[in-house]
Amino acid sequence: MDFLRPGSWEEALAAKAEHPTAVPIAGGTDVMVEINFDHRRPEYLLDLNRIGDLYEWGDDAGDVRLGAAVPYTRIIEELGGPLPGLALASRTVGSPQIRNRGSVGGNLGAASPAGDAHPALLAAGADVEAASVRGTRLIPVEEFYTGVKRNALAPDELIRAVRIRKADGPQQFSKVGTRNAMVIAVCAFGLALHPETRTVRTGIGSAAPTPVRARAAEDFLAAALADEGLWESGAPVPPALARQFGELAAGACNPIDDVRGSARYRRHAVAVMARRTLGWAWDAYRGRERTARCA
Amino acid sequence: MDVSRTPTPLSQGSRTPGGIGESTQRPDGTLKVTGDFAYASDLWHEDMLWGTTLRSPHTHARILSVDLSGAFATPGVYAVLTCADLPAATRYGLEIKDTPVLADGVVRYHGEPVALVAADHPETARRAAAKIKVEYEPLPVVTDEESATRPGAPLLHPDRTDAHAPHVPHPNIVHRQPVRRGDVAAARAAADVVVTGDYEVGMQDQAFLGPESGLAVPAEDGGVDLYIATQWLHADLRQIAPVLGLPEDKVRMTLSGVGGAFGGREDLSMQAHACLLALRTGRPVKMVYNRYESFFGHVHRHPAKLHYEHGATRDGRLLFVSCRIVLDGGAYASSSPAVVGNAASLAVGPYVVENVDSEALALYTNNPPCGAMRGFGAVQACFAYEAQMDRLAAALGMDPVELRQRNAMSQGAVMPTGQVVDSPAPVAELLRRVKALPLPPEREWESAGGPPDIRALPGGLSNTTHGEGVVRGVGYAVGIKNVGFSEGFDDYSTARVRLEVVAGQPVATVHTAAAEVGQGGVTVHAQIVRTELGVTQVTIHPADTRVGSAGSTSASRQTYVTGGAVRHACEAVRERVLALGRARFGAAHPAWQHAELLLEGGKVTTDGGEALADLADVLESEAIDVELEWRHRPTEAFDPRSGQGNGHVQYSFAAHRAVVEVDTELGLVKVVELACAQDVGKALNPLSVVGQIQGGTTQGLGLAVMEEIVVAEDGRVRNPSFTDYLIPTILDTPAIPVDVLELADDHAPYGLRGVGEAPTLSSTPAVVAAIRQATGLPLNRVPVRPEHLTGT
Amino acid sequence: MRVNFTVNGRPQQADDVWEGESLLYVLRERLGLPGSKNACEQGECGSCTVRLDGVPVCACLVAAGQAEGREVVTVEGLAAYARHRAGRPPREDPAELSPVQQAFIDAGAVQCGFCTPGLLVAADDLLEHNPDPSDADIREALSGNLCRCTGYEKILDAVRLAAARAGEAG
Repeated sequence: MDFLRPGSWEEALAAKAEHPTAVPIAGGTDVMVEINFDHRRPEYLLDLNRIGDLYEWGDDAGDVRLGAAVPYTRIIEELGGPLPGLALASRTVGSPQIRNRGSVGGNLGAASPAGDAHPALLAAGADVEAASVRGTRLIPVEEFYTGVKRNALAPDELIRAVRIRKADGPQQFSKVGTRNAMVIAVCAFGLALHPETRTVRTGIGSAAPTPVRARAAEDFLAAALADEGLWESGAPVPPALARQFGELAAGACNPIDDVRGSARYRRHAVAVMARRTLGWAWDAYRGRERTARCA
Repeated sequence: MDVSRTPTPLSQGSRTPGGIGESTQRPDGTLKVTGDFAYASDLWHEDMLWGTTLRSPHTHARILSVDLSGAFATPGVYAVLTCADLPAATRYGLEIKDTPVLADGVVRYHGEPVALVAADHPETARRAAAKIKVEYEPLPVVTDEESATRPGAPLLHPDRTDAHAPHVPHPNIVHRQPVRRGDVAAARAAADVVVTGDYEVGMQDQAFLGPESGLAVPAEDGGVDLYIATQWLHADLRQIAPVLGLPEDKVRMTLSGVGGAFGGREDLSMQAHACLLALRTGRPVKMVYNRYESFFGHVHRHPAKLHYEHGATRDGRLLFVSCRIVLDGGAYASSSPAVVGNAASLAVGPYVVENVDSEALALYTNNPPCGAMRGFGAVQACFAYEAQMDRLAAALGMDPVELRQRNAMSQGAVMPTGQVVDSPAPVAELLRRVKALPLPPEREWESAGGPPDIRALPGGLSNTTHGEGVVRGVGYAVGIKNVGFSEGFDDYSTARVRLEVVAGQPVATVHTAAAEVGQGGVTVHAQIVRTELGVTQVTIHPADTRVGSAGSTSASRQTYVTGGAVRHACEAVRERVLALGRARFGAAHPAWQHAELLLEGGKVTTDGGEALADLADVLESEAIDVELEWRHRPTEAFDPRSGQGNGHVQYSFAAHRAVVEVDTELGLVKVVELACAQDVGKALNPLSVVGQIQGGTTQGLGLAVMEEIVVAEDGRVRNPSFTDYLIPTILDTPAIPVDVLELADDHAPYGLRGVGEAPTLSSTPAVVAAIRQATGLPLNRVPVRPEHLTGT
Repeated sequence: MRVNFTVNGRPQQADDVWEGESLLYVLRERLGLPGSKNACEQGECGSCTVRLDGVPVCACLVAAGQAEGREVVTVEGLAAYARHRAGRPPREDPAELSPVQQAFIDAGAVQCGFCTPGLLVAADDLLEHNPDPSDADIREALSGNLCRCTGYEKILDAVRLAAARAGEAG
């Protein structure tokens, strides 16, 4: 095993080009577990800790450009405003120690269906900024996940940043685990209301081979909200509508039975979480509308 | 008015600080908070090698061939061992010697040790082990009672010669113990209400935080020194020495720091392996399991299937209990026979029942071996009988606490084994106390106007509910656990106490082989010495095999038995001090001959408090050194057919009230409060007692709602990691108010009652009873999973 | 490979480090600092918690090479670290404990002690950032540290005690 320590992004890209099997390591919260438990013996470890750019985030038009290695703790502390869904999801990641090291770039690189960031990214809308010595490309996050623990990166590419749409409405995130902290998702659900475009986006984790959007549920809800004039009236979402949204979200799942939960339970839980997060997000939307009208 | 009083005589130790009854601090506390306490995995030796274990990926297979050449060819490898290299005995075991040191032609469970490697770096050892080529021929697998006992079932141990073999109905049954009393058939006919139930307990793991580890150092005399984390040094020694082909005095064992135990260190893990590698290489060998290997490296709590039938009169008097408890012992016996004895003899719980027909048995299967874990057979039974009591209360339309109190045993009650409970048994009072506690406020997550505090809700940080679907439930349970080793076992401990003058001050040293695993035995031993010898400076000698056996740190017995031995040795020391004092100063004061004399505050005093001499002057340069064994009163074996016999030393009792909030839609549980009342006879160290009760309670909570080793149908372990074997975090654990009763048991030292296990029993059924109340579901299996609560 | 970094204020060098080794292994096996514990080696227990450039992390998940040039504080250095933070001169008595260490002893929060070093580092960090935490704050901050012995009640007591003493003193 070789340990590569690039001092700059350019050096990192060059190293990855030269050694395409090199495994990038930032927080180490996935890679080191695999090494400690003898599941993986990469030829090269590519340490990204010394590349300061990866630890910065900035505004980029309507997006937050989130450096791939910004730890979850900083997302919680600094980005709750523009990225509320991701901040909520970040709070559920592992433990405080893990949140101090783990990052969205790592979640994307590992591409585990159980990664906590994925549903929030899918719901908010995001592009993965993949870079190599050949150049940089933006991969819509929906297209980034290609299979269980597989992603769309080419062997010579590294994740530089994630461009995430800033929230234009309430967002929610909910995750089921069999413990009240430090738990891997049995399944998870992210929801973002986009009042500007009168659309709704969702993300489901751990209930299919890859993180997925529940597009039928999104379309149904967007149409129903429009048909009933709810965006304008700010009236409550009728319970039947919320239930159907939940059912459609469950329909987007393609889960398995495993040691963490049954497929049936996962579908059921996604339906409940979809319904509840819609309720919380819509309440927040209505609250904002009321505040706006009073002002 | 001038009143003349007769002075109340002082008793030994009442005026020396730091004695029994005080919450003195741990002697190892400072080392543990500074990181300087040396756990087994912290040990280091010059020229040390690292040992690793190759384990079986199969649950049952014949080994056709083993090719070690790749491992031997790895640079940095110093030894590779298989069963062919064993110098002497090839099997060991706590009760039955059925466990191969290294697999001898057949592997019987997933994770069984097959080969050992010693190398200069743990990674080198792992890489070399991975190069060992083992050719397996899979064999049919038995995993439950049906497959283990059906005609033609493969026998795990076809040529059994152990003591239980002649009595079992099938060779794949390790041991079976019936307990029969009264006339169940007649009682059933007379019962107004009968309830039956089938229950299941999943396989729980001790999950101590410090994985198995030790360091073996070869000695010039051909022996070996082993520094080890264990629960019972001498039991290890008795098993290791024959494997090494050495006399016991050439295997010198020293207890190193132990990171928790809970039963999981009663059996050998890497002890013999490290010694074999050290003797083969002539170099010190350290072995440290990682968490994955730890799940394969020790036995677990027996999973159980339990069938119960309870009958009662209309006014709620229990008439009979009939039950059958099937425990899965896995591939090797470990302590299965004793677990069976406990399950059978404690099967009806702390209730008076005159007609009982029960049996417990443990199977041999190709599942992971199971043995000791805190509660030891009584946990499984308690989950079932307490569920039955709730079911019976519902059938009678009676309050479940009242039903329990109506049938609660008290001192003088007769157990189903015929044994009379001859010390306090305040079962009804414990229930009364937990019930009387104020209930925690409802909807604590609602803060004034702000968003809900999700940390106080089911699902916790995962943000699954803001109150939707959340229903509260309250449940009660009480349990009975035996203390000490039972069924005629010669259960003793040894203590050596030395009293001498150092720098002008009397100093006592206590030397026992008792394994301090975190419970605070070392704290209590020092307290006993202060009380008995009236000195303040007490040194705890490291535990090793240079002193006689202390017995196991298990069965809630160590304060009772080794505490008893320390006290006994102190009494002998005290007699010799007084004899010495009489010889030196007897003529100077008549009290030396006539008064009751005490040792207090470093002096010899009368029981009126008059000082006669300083200990330093009595002892001068003389050291008084006493090593003595001490036994509790003997027990008897249970009759193999009727289960009758005075099998247990002492009983202990705890009761719990659980308050839970259940997200009934998602099936997630938040335990809001878990109150416990326990009789401890005498709290030698109240702070430690409460710590034991809270710790045991939390392990019971874990079994109720999350902890299970999931074993696939083929016997393979599916979740050997802390990612998927979940134990409670601080966010899963509620406030645990503890009410300690001290009703002395006159048969025990200081009247004390073993503390460690009883709270683990009733915690689980109390939590599940509360979930049942919240959901209305029957919930016959633990751990309760979200699937059970949502019908998915 | 060779790794240079600062541990508890002292420059340290480790040679012949295997590239896959964790910071935890280097601390424990190469630098003679076994206080940080190896209970799970997968970031699921917190027993190996150290501060890396001031931030609590699981040392088992930091590749040794990633510690190059950085500052690590382990439980062995906690007392000196706390004193330095309080603006007090270095300890004269090497046995002097940090407030949170003393509180763990006083409250009975130590049983087997294997989780204790990690909990101390995490609790010390909590109190540094939040001197008067609510019970829920304590639980959230320590939710990455498993303890199997105590049922956590005495650990909560210890953190409350350390906070109260700091409040009285401060």
